[in-house]
Amino acid sequence: MDPLTDDRIVPVTMPKWGLSMQLGKITTWIVEEGDEISVGDDLADIETEKINGTLEAAHAGTVRRIIARVGEDVPVSGTIALLAPAAVTDEELDAAVLEARAVIDAGVPDDAGGAPELQTADVGGRKISYAGAGTDGDVILLVHGYGGDRNSWLFLQEPLAVKYRVYALDLPGHGTSSKDVGDGSIGVLADAVTGVLDALGADRAHLVGHSMGGAVALAVAAAAPGRIASLTLIAPAGFGPEINVGYLRGFADAQSRRELKPVVVRLFADESLVTRQLVDDLLAYKRLDGVDQALHALLGALLDGDAQRADAAASLAAIGGAVPVTVVWGRADQIIPAAQAESVPGAVRHVIDGAGHMPHMERPAEVQAAVEETLTRAT
Amino acid sequence: MARNITYREAINEALAQEMERDPTVIVMGEDNAGGEGSPGEMDAWGGVLGVTKGLYHKFPGRVLDTPISESAFIGAAIGAATAGLRPVAELMFVDFMGVCFDQIYNQAAKFRYMFGGKAVTPVVIRTMYGAGLRAAAQHSQCLYPLFTHVPGLKVVLPSTPYDAKGLMTQAIRDNDPVIFFEHKALYDMSGPVPEESYALPFGEANVVREGGDVTIVALGRMVHTSLDAAGQLAAQGVECEVVDLRTTSPLDEDTVLESVEGTGRLVVVDESHPRCNIATDISALVARKAFGALQAPIEMVTAPHTPVPFSNALEDLYIPDAQRVVNAVKTVSGWTR
Repeated sequence: MDPLTDDRIVPVTMPKWGLSMQLGKITTWIVEEGDEISVGDDLADIETEKINGTLEAAHAGTVRRIIARVGEDVPVSGTIALLAPAAVTDEELDAAVLEARAVIDAGVPDDAGGAPELQTADVGGRKISYAGAGTDGDVILLVHGYGGDRNSWLFLQEPLAVKYRVYALDLPGHGTSSKDVGDGSIGVLADAVTGVLDALGADRAHLVGHSMGGAVALAVAAAAPGRIASLTLIAPAGFGPEINVGYLRGFADAQSRRELKPVVVRLFADESLVTRQLVDDLLAYKRLDGVDQALHALLGALLDGDAQRADAAASLAAIGGAVPVTVVWGRADQIIPAAQAESVPGAVRHVIDGAGHMPHMERPAEVQAAVEETLTRAT
Repeated sequence: MARNITYREAINEALAQEMERDPTVIVMGEDNAGGEGSPGEMDAWGGVLGVTKGLYHKFPGRVLDTPISESAFIGAAIGAATAGLRPVAELMFVDFMGVCFDQIYNQAAKFRYMFGGKAVTPVVIRTMYGAGLRAAAQHSQCLYPLFTHVPGLKVVLPSTPYDAKGLMTQAIRDNDPVIFFEHKALYDMSGPVPEESYALPFGEANVVREGGDVTIVALGRMVHTSLDAAGQLAAQGVECEVVDLRTTSPLDEDTVLESVEGTGRLVVVDESHPRCNIATDISALVARKAFGALQAPIEMVTAPHTPVPFSNALEDLYIPDAQRVVNAVKTVSGWTR
């Protein structure tokens, strides 16, 4: 029997965090051979070109073999460890290890596709970029937050794409979309989301929105409730007056790595997730022509003086319970307090330990579970 | 969307995008339009190494061929800048700057100061520098220390395609005269560059590698030599922090000092001649302002105080290489009182 098709042996594989990821490197193994693990347990810390993260267990079982060494490059989906019950013999495991080793040693194939082709839609004269993954199932559209882009979903898009068609867009003013945000209102951003749904030919879609993107998703649903099958709002903007104004203005104003890094670390519960590359990528984005104006204009949509513009509940009321709503919040959120989850009437609430304002980056498995649960409630 | 393009293409793209954005931007220089005796109607050369290729037809009337008279056309570019244009003049090799030096250091560099801030001189002078092309003593010099010495000039030395585009964009938008140094050996280097326009601020050094044991300050091509050395040293357990100055005027003193305060040890790598160069300037800065942090004497890795040799073997020996940087780092990291 081919050892990797022996279904008693469950491979733990290098995850694909983001559409462009081809290689990952284990910096720490958190588990050891012989450990019993449950779904969601932390297995290893992994470093990629873009970001560091922690791999969580997708299956329960006994860790019988650890294959990938700390510090070596492993191609995406390469087997890094094996789970198997005691009944599986060492000889059988050794055969599986040899096969997995060969894949790691071969490295990334030259014809590896890399990122899927970026698509663009013209929405009201603005170029809106989006990228998709997955070929079957319902359409999910991921809407990033203030200063983010479609790559914010790097830990979520691929896993969801196993069962769904999952798209992520760059809102106006962000990523590779047009930097013009018009009057800087949530409505301009919502139009871009609707425009992408039109371009996809999606009559009905699930929206997942983070922070400002949560407010945008709500605005889309309020304008066309029949079109939105479910809403998963991650630390959404607009449900209370409290917000970290220092973060928002600090992000908009930062002109250098020195100024930006102390702002960006506030997004995460675990500051070590903020790599040089992450800060450099954000800085490179902020320096593109038009971004400075866009970010400052959008502050007006988010803030009313030094308080958050709290008008999301009105949008939610307009939807009137027709759409299943879930809120997900990181308990350690330093940007918008997790207590605002209580201000989202009628929603299923998940408050996640060990996560800050970016639970979809810090605790992606739990966010994925919340999204999939929300989809099951959609009609 | 960032994609990989060369250093040469990155500079070309910055020129094209700024010419598109601002009708006052013009390009001028030897062989920028024509070349090899052609009138430029078929296919312009785009300068001796093809950096401005394609601009002649894209921007009719705004890419000007000049006679082989640097004093004339650099003077014309500076004059046009004072009168409202934003010329980007190509001075082929920095070695030829001597014949137009009065226009640069006595005129362009002084106007803002001498006219009480009422005159601006938004001219960019692009020029090639550095050894490695077997071009001998009059076509291989670095000479950026000469310009760094003169107040009123901004001096820029990009080391990567990303920096080349962003710094060129800033150079064109800047209201002061900018001397933009392009290393011949970097033109074919590829790297990720966003398609959109962006400007990188002057006076902001880039920490291109972090490390706690030794600071290496470098510029231009020497950034890559230093990164190569730092990679070798990491395998031997010595972690270097590599600082790319990006501009020598203005100079980002804070980033250099902060790094040395963290490591206590400094190596400066500079391809120019060793007297009164960037290495001596950085060494003096650190000796004055971070003396208390220093745990070892400062080492400088530079070219020797000779003209660039014509002999291939000697030219290879002349250019600072990674082994010399490794040796210097070992000297400072192993130094004890």
